[in-house]
Amino acid sequence: MVAFNLPLNSRIGQGKTFPAAPGAKNVREFKIYRWNPDDGANPRTDTYQIDLDACGPMVLDALIKIKNEVDPTLTFRRSCREGICGSCAMNIDGGNTLACLKPIEDCKGAVKISPLPHMPVVKDLVPDLSQVYAQYRSIEPWLQADSPAPPDGERRQSKEERAQIDGLWECILCFCCSTSCPSYWWNGDRYLGPAVLLQAYRWIADTRDEATGQRLDALEDPFKLYRCHTIMNCTDSCPKGLNPAKAIAEIKKLIVERAG
Amino acid sequence: MRDVRDALMVARNTDGKLVRRPLSPHLQVHRWPVSMALSICHRISGVALGAGTILMTVWLAAAASPGNAFAVVQSFLGSPLGYLVLFGWSLALIYHFCSGMRHLYMDTGKGFEPGEYDRSGWAVIIATGVLTVVVWVFGLLAG
Repeated sequence: MVAFNLPLNSRIGQGKTFPAAPGAKNVREFKIYRWNPDDGANPRTDTYQIDLDACGPMVLDALIKIKNEVDPTLTFRRSCREGICGSCAMNIDGGNTLACLKPIEDCKGAVKISPLPHMPVVKDLVPDLSQVYAQYRSIEPWLQADSPAPPDGERRQSKEERAQIDGLWECILCFCCSTSCPSYWWNGDRYLGPAVLLQAYRWIADTRDEATGQRLDALEDPFKLYRCHTIMNCTDSCPKGLNPAKAIAEIKKLIVERAG
Repeated sequence: MRDVRDALMVARNTDGKLVRRPLSPHLQVHRWPVSMALSICHRISGVALGAGTILMTVWLAAAASPGNAFAVVQSFLGSPLGYLVLFGWSLALIYHFCSGMRHLYMDTGKGFEPGEYDRSGWAVIIATGVLTVVVWVFGLLAG
């Protein structure tokens, strides 16, 4: 459902300011979305003044510094700190990306941080990803083949065949793309969204998979696939430089081609 | 139809009490790349064209009816407000056409590389401006 305004319980109020340590010279403000299920209040924006001379270069470094040294109640997901786990996906400076790959330098003025857009908030910067995970499960993201594997136990590909899934297998399921898509915001209950459709294409494009027909059947639906209107926010936001919009276009082309 | 995502908006807090989760900000925080702006303008211009087509139909129907119906419609369209409406209609038509051509091109699977879709987006904006000016210059000179 299209709703441009946030529900009343989601409107964001003014929060606290945590001043920088005395004597700090290179101070940058971080304006961070906060919501705590236990205090019964609306979300708010807290401001943290951080001395960049005593902080690592990435936005995730600042978040960890805040949690360790300023405000231990700040809640966010993080793990690998090198763009391979996809945990620290959030909206930074208006764009979805991974906090660990986003240099503070690249942000103009105060660094504004909020959770992935249009998602239920568990706490602070942690969104509930149950819906996208369920949609990911629905495309059956595993190799399906009726023919038995060769006796040596491995289904082989030529280098050219293997190259067909380049730009697809690298997806780390951070969901920066899906949650940047206005079509997914309004119709995410039925539209699968760019991340899940890129994954669907990953298995369609894999020469070892024999379920292409069934996969295309399952996707041929006005909502699951065709809510993509090439808005291109997905490709714009992918922190791994992948192109979900192009993968979706390839699925649409295959459906047209097989219709003859 | 109820939105199944509503089920995820309810959770329990530390005391086990049911709480309603907030929806994270979307349009309020997200930046506006040119493709996103063009997409919503395509939808808006499409709706505007629906209304504009009714106006065109009224104009034609008035021309075909007896009495002074045509003179009434003509005097409205000849007024400054009428010109403004016609200008908006022509702008919506030309924009929707140019943006539609871009969508048609992308439907063939082309123009998806970073940079390409920004360039084609700006091309749509420039083409819309140029074509609208050309149509009005010719229209006013001929009229």
